[in-house]
Amino acid sequence: MDSLLILVPAFNEAAAIGRVVGEIHTVVPGVPVVVVDDCSKDATASIARAAGARVLRLPFHLGLGGAVQAGYRLAYELGFQYVIRVDGDGQHDPADIARVYEALRTNPCEMVIGSRFEDRAVSHSSFLRGLGIRFFRLVLRPILGKPVRDPTSGFVGVNRAALQVFSTSFPLEYPEIEALVVLQRKRFRFVEIPCLMRERMGGRSSITAVKSLYYIFHVLMGVFVNVLKYEGRRKRK
Amino acid sequence: MQGLLNFLTGLSVLLMVMVLVSVRRSHTRVEHSVSWLGAALALLVLARWRGLLDWLASTLGIGSPPMALLTLVGCVFLLVLFRLSTIISALKDANIALTQRIAILEFQIESVHEEGKSKN
Repeated sequence: MDSLLILVPAFNEAAAIGRVVGEIHTVVPGVPVVVVDDCSKDATASIARAAGARVLRLPFHLGLGGAVQAGYRLAYELGFQYVIRVDGDGQHDPADIARVYEALRTNPCEMVIGSRFEDRAVSHSSFLRGLGIRFFRLVLRPILGKPVRDPTSGFVGVNRAALQVFSTSFPLEYPEIEALVVLQRKRFRFVEIPCLMRERMGGRSSITAVKSLYYIFHVLMGVFVNVLKYEGRRKRK
Repeated sequence: MQGLLNFLTGLSVLLMVMVLVSVRRSHTRVEHSVSWLGAALALLVLARWRGLLDWLASTLGIGSPPMALLTLVGCVFLLVLFRLSTIISALKDANIALTQRIAILEFQIESVHEEGKSKN
């Protein structure tokens, strides 16, 4: 797999990270894996290293968006052509990496989203999250000009053109939805492919029921701001 | 009314002194002290210039000069706080960029060390 990097953002995922890295090495042997340790308080970094991953350790906690952007910056500087993000909590099945990679290489797009709702793939999603996903589908449809089935999926592959954009402009909190609008500003394209989402292997989700309201407001603001920054029509190269 | 104006006069002078001492001790940067000194000066002028306060109160349609004073002071400090928010946002962006830069540099240093070890 030419010039592909697997990026695994992780915060206090000592319970799951070893297995995640191990699974990735099993399904895509020889592909470099970088775990972005977002200043974890547990043994996430050492377990990831022991499992065979390289570790990018952030000296301060930046949140998911900051950690993913750090990984994108590193990948861009190191010259990688493709980056696939696999979350460190084990929800993303590494068996789908090859399909995401193939979709990136063969489709005329800058981003591939592994969707838990395409082709009715089995989904492990709470009721509140499912409600939020339906809400953001409605919000994003007119902005993106096409439907997106799983806007909150973090199982995402990007090519170098998107890496260049995300290296300098990437939403810091709850990045998945805003990232789509950032791409839209640049007139980039995305496709979705069905992927399996699993239960977390350990730890807890950072989005609780109470934080869900803040999440919705924050993401709506972020989407609105990115729409305001729209750079207008550009001729495609 | 006069008691309130005297209190606000004292408060504005105290604020000016605090800002100047803070700048002198390098606890506050000069460019950030300008906002606070401006706000303190505005408060002092409104507290001591009764005629201006009365005119502003009638122009704004606020019957009570003390209410007008508090409204205007609130607006001034709102602007100062907004300016500080923009400064904090810029600092946060710089902090994030530096954090990422440090992590990437350490990663690259580690890579060089590992390459050196494997060659030896």
